[in-house]
Amino acid sequence: MIINHPLLGPRDSQEFTYLGDAALIDRPDWQAEDAVDQFHDYLYLRDNPAGIHRELWFHETGDRSWLVVTRDTTTHEITSVELARDVARARGRSK
Amino acid sequence: MRYSGLRVIKEALTGHKGWKPAWRDPEPKPSYDYVIIGGGGHGLATAYYLAKQFGKTRIAVIEKGWIGGGNVGRNTTIIRSNYLLDGNEPFYEFSLKLWEGLEQELNYNAMVSQRGILNLIHSDPQRDAFVRRGNAMILNGADAALLSADQVRAEYPFLNFNDARFPIKGGLAQRRGGTVRHDAVAWGYARGADSHGVDIIQNCEVTGFRIENGVCKGVETSRGFIGATKVAACVAGSSGRLMAKAEMRLPIESHVLQAFVSEGLKPVIPGVITYGAGHFYCSQSDKGGLVFGGDLDGYNSYAQRGNLPVVEDVVESGMSMIPALGRARLLRMWGGIMDMSMDGSPIIDRTHIDGLYFNGGWCYGGFKATPASGFAYAHLLATDTPHDTATAYRFDRFRRGYMIDEKGMGAQPNLH
Repeated sequence: MIINHPLLGPRDSQEFTYLGDAALIDRPDWQAEDAVDQFHDYLYLRDNPAGIHRELWFHETGDRSWLVVTRDTTTHEITSVELARDVARARGRSK
Repeated sequence: MRYSGLRVIKEALTGHKGWKPAWRDPEPKPSYDYVIIGGGGHGLATAYYLAKQFGKTRIAVIEKGWIGGGNVGRNTTIIRSNYLLDGNEPFYEFSLKLWEGLEQELNYNAMVSQRGILNLIHSDPQRDAFVRRGNAMILNGADAALLSADQVRAEYPFLNFNDARFPIKGGLAQRRGGTVRHDAVAWGYARGADSHGVDIIQNCEVTGFRIENGVCKGVETSRGFIGATKVAACVAGSSGRLMAKAEMRLPIESHVLQAFVSEGLKPVIPGVITYGAGHFYCSQSDKGGLVFGGDLDGYNSYAQRGNLPVVEDVVESGMSMIPALGRARLLRMWGGIMDMSMDGSPIIDRTHIDGLYFNGGWCYGGFKATPASGFAYAHLLATDTPHDTATAYRFDRFRRGYMIDEKGMGAQPNLH
């Protein structure tokens, strides 16, 4: 697979390591009443869709940026690549 | 019809006109007591033991394609019980014992071959870890033997003993491990289940669950609604896709694992060998092909094919373990979809929906577990209590902090 890095252009997926569902950006609030349940679901449960999947890849042997890659799990076709930083900021996750 | 040597001779003399189909092809009935979703090894074994061992009737196995067309037809056929942790080892040893009696039990030649499995040791710390694992195996009634480098050399002279980076220092052997003709497992269980009255319904895809007031009443399928007192999901690889229809999220990701077979060679590899310095395992099929595999591709996938980087990685590992492998030509490679769970161990449990049961999360170790998985799942379905060897395979172990994490990788499915 070729991942079209927003800053560096097309890069071989071998340069990256894979973390998982991009929902991992949305870390629960540890002070919430039901934080235990929220963290259980956050840490252990996955949507695991057959089809479009937004997921976190780390450019480990490149610029060490985190990316959000939108990929079809039934064909491996990648339709969009964003910087995870931008995605997180858009969700109010970071400054 | 019982199969026997005499029967083969008789049929040979009479033009093979007496063979009958090994199982029926029934139409689905409106309802059953037990509907097992998934006609793979585990589902068919579940149906078999449910009928044979627990005396249940009105059982159906429904399968979206043809039986044995999923992971039981796509694995590397290895059986073993060389686990470390208490939650796993008794279960896999139970499974190995069932393998040992499987062909007599089913009257079916599954070509169970206890040719042994050898895990190679390349360093002193690795030897310590394997000694510990071997002792855990022996404590749980399995067999294990620690081999010195010379003992390994005597049995497997073709290995790369003097590699500068990863010299072979010995090995942990389980002599009772080996290989099984994988398709025959599905067919043998199917024939056994059918002879005990189980309806095996192929080309019948589940499109949804009928759940009323928190109780599962049956399944909607491509061949109409089938009512059931108990519905048993058994579709490892596609668990996420199936259970989403019941609005369940699972502690599972689906990943693709590739496997390979070389052209047929004369007998060269006497058992199953696993590399200790990389992820690689190899055996030789009875047809002569070297059957081998390695790591997952590492990203979520439902496509039954992988990519080239892992192919390269696997054959590099293979070459560094058996240099002669480089002279063999690759015949085929394929991918299978694994239920990779959050701790690398499976789940056999009830769900929060009454009447709906779940068996999955087998990672890439499901084949060896087939008999025990079927037995334990049948036990759960018949008695609503877990089998003694499967008490740890609960959904709530993540919440309670009782993970069964053989590799110590944490909640990162692609690393198990």
